[in-house]
Amino acid sequence: MDYAKLWFVFWAVLWAGYFALDGFDLGVGFSGWLAADSDEERRGVFASVGPFWDGNEVWLLTAGGATFAAFPVVYAGMFSWLYPALFLILFSLIFRGVALEFRGKVQDAAWRIAWERTACVSSFLAALLFGVAFGNIFRGLEIGPAGYAGTFLGLLNPYALSTGLLFCAFFLFHGQLWLAFKAPAGAAVRAARLAGGAWYVLAALTAAFLAWSWFATGLYGNFLARKWLISLPALFAAALVLSKVLLSRGLPGKAFLASMAAIALFTLTGFAGIYPALLPSRLGPEFALTVYNSSSSPYTLRLMTAVTLVMLPVVIGYQAWVYRLFRAPLGAEELKKSGLY
Amino acid sequence: MDTLALSRLQFAVTAMFHFLFVPLTLGLGWLTAWFESRYAFGGDEKYLPIARFWGKLFLINFALGVTTGITMEFQFGMNWAEYAKYVGDIFGAPLAIEALAAFFLESTFIGVWVFGWDRISKKAHAGAMWVVAFATNMSALWILLANGWMQRPVGYILRNGRAEMVDFLALLTNPYGWLEFFHTVFAGWVIAGFFVMGVSAWHLLRRNQEEAFKKSFGAGAVFALASSLLLAWVGDLSGVNAAKNQPAKLAAMEAHWVTQKSAPMTLLALPRLNGEGNYFEALKVPYGLSLLAFHSPSAEVTGLNDIAPQDRPPVLPVFLSFRAMVALGGLFILLSAAGAWLWRKDRLAEFPLYLKLMVFAIPLPYIAIQLGWLVTELGRQPWAVYGLMRTAEGVSRTLTLRQVWSSLGGFVLFYSALGVVDVWLLAKYARKGMEA
Ligand code: HEM
Repeated sequence: MDYAKLWFVFWAVLWAGYFALDGFDLGVGFSGWLAADSDEERRGVFASVGPFWDGNEVWLLTAGGATFAAFPVVYAGMFSWLYPALFLILFSLIFRGVALEFRGKVQDAAWRIAWERTACVSSFLAALLFGVAFGNIFRGLEIGPAGYAGTFLGLLNPYALSTGLLFCAFFLFHGQLWLAFKAPAGAAVRAARLAGGAWYVLAALTAAFLAWSWFATGLYGNFLARKWLISLPALFAAALVLSKVLLSRGLPGKAFLASMAAIALFTLTGFAGIYPALLPSRLGPEFALTVYNSSSSPYTLRLMTAVTLVMLPVVIGYQAWVYRLFRAPLGAEELKKSGLY
Repeated sequence: MDTLALSRLQFAVTAMFHFLFVPLTLGLGWLTAWFESRYAFGGDEKYLPIARFWGKLFLINFALGVTTGITMEFQFGMNWAEYAKYVGDIFGAPLAIEALAAFFLESTFIGVWVFGWDRISKKAHAGAMWVVAFATNMSALWILLANGWMQRPVGYILRNGRAEMVDFLALLTNPYGWLEFFHTVFAGWVIAGFFVMGVSAWHLLRRNQEEAFKKSFGAGAVFALASSLLLAWVGDLSGVNAAKNQPAKLAAMEAHWVTQKSAPMTLLALPRLNGEGNYFEALKVPYGLSLLAFHSPSAEVTGLNDIAPQDRPPVLPVFLSFRAMVALGGLFILLSAAGAWLWRKDRLAEFPLYLKLMVFAIPLPYIAIQLGWLVTELGRQPWAVYGLMRTAEGVSRTLTLRQVWSSLGGFVLFYSALGVVDVWLLAKYARKGMEA
């Protein structure tokens, strides 16, 4: 068994899990205010992600740690080459978390508004920059014979920026869907309407992304070579359509699950496209960081496989339990009891 | 400054800042769980507001611990790419396991605790805090096993131009990591004990909710006393361990220059900044250093003169930090013993000066814990991985000065701002006292 290849799959799954989960926190963070009409509603909107955002963010930490353990060369390359972008993401995530936690801790309108704005800007930046980062990865980084030769401004190319916008649209849709069954009644109705509208933007951006990728990236090669892989983008498209259908039928909760699947499948599609590279190169496939030239030793990979196969199902188990536990939206009485939100 | 110096500074700033918020959670989680259990399992209603009060402070503090932790997970790759490539095969594993085994547990169950008051039974609710406390301490274990590997690399071979793991069990059972774990965790418990004592003392001085804060104070004092005794004991073992594995660190801790048997311990000394030796030395305790370092009066202790200058850590800061840490450690034993005794005799109210002192003592264990890390990490220099890789070799090669200046500037700016707000919030909620 080739553990490096297996770890490519784990790697993809961790990122997919991260985007599918934290995606709605980020979406609520930057677009929740659109659905809320009053201070009281905004409180409900922010509280709806209260029990979850931190656990969701750990998917990112795990993806980071797993990259370090399984593909140290990729960990080193990805984070040092994309240094300025990564730092902006870091600062955004720090402010996002702090804003969500601090917002309700002082009974003062100006204080709350300040942190709501902070949450908005930081969540938006994080979503956009993740998209830009992955857009660049899909497109291939400027890795040449002498190492990395790219610049920060070079990362802000139109294709990557449009991928950034696509991520924002995804998370906007995802976040509003979440609010459509988790927010206080008035906000929930508005969120459902917003999600319905956002879907068309998302669908248009997705189509544009798929078309542009044909010209700007090598993502299609794998799918043409291995036809069965096409099931991933096909399922992605189906999930995307399904989420809209379910939403129109007045089933936002189920629509949310479908959009979760869509985001995960989108991420997996992207990773299937770059395989066997984790960080493809624009300057020549021989310079890419791949499962063959950048993984850890078989011993480490085997160990990490065992650990992951034992731990990850447990994690998913108790996280699922918590989602069930907080299935019914938090009531005003409960929020008061938490004492802080 | 070059990118190396700046990256080191940035690592120190971000790690030390992160570690202003983490250690309190190591101990306050246990204390909160204990208070809540007296309510949920013991049936004592008086403990519910106590648990809720300390739990709230736990949370406010937790917010910055979590968010600044994200930085820690990524900056090995950002600023220390060469390091990451060289050791990732073995060093990455405990980091990934930390996230899988501890962070998930902690972050998920803290949510259950905050929002779940009406959704689960009171016993399960108390259980959630036990899980959080356990997970916090677990995360310390994994990160310190990783750090322990940098202090004393084990279980690897050099192959394919890097350190590859061949024996995970060796990493798991590395005594260096376990000593760091216990020393750090006990230090965090001392911080929590002093925090609880200090905040309670503030209220007791104002005769505010006296019964509840007396209960809190007592628990804090007993916890702090036990922890500071354990801390000193593990600290002693850590000294022996350092002497065995990192003679240069031990020599720097003691500003000890000349290799000798039956080495005395010099209580007062001032190492020269750049040159060799000390400006002055006074108050020598015969056999002291040999006893401290090897638990044997005749043992030979290597001096810095026998360590090549390029292999020596910076002596002055290590020496001073170590002295101050140990002195503070002694003070903590005295203060918490006094507290435990006064509480036991129910005579706290008769000693307002002591109570006032305890309010001002809240920052002291924080200072000690930072000094401890300075000893450990500066004392390891010039090595990133002791004997295997120098810090200078680990820095990312693609970084530009401008990049690191901007990120460092951003950290200093944002972290200080957030730190001020968080401490202000903590103070606000601490002063507010318990719900009726
Ligand atoms: C009471 C007497 C104490 C002794 C004898 C002692 C001893 C030591 C030694 C020898 C080290 C270096 C270990 C190494 O790098 O090999 C160390 C590190 C450290 N100390 Fe202390 N210490 C004491 C008190 C304290 C106190 C009061 C605190 C904080 C509240 C503290 C916190 C730390 C921390 C966080 C480290 C770094 C982690 C580690 O290496 O274990 N220590 N201590």
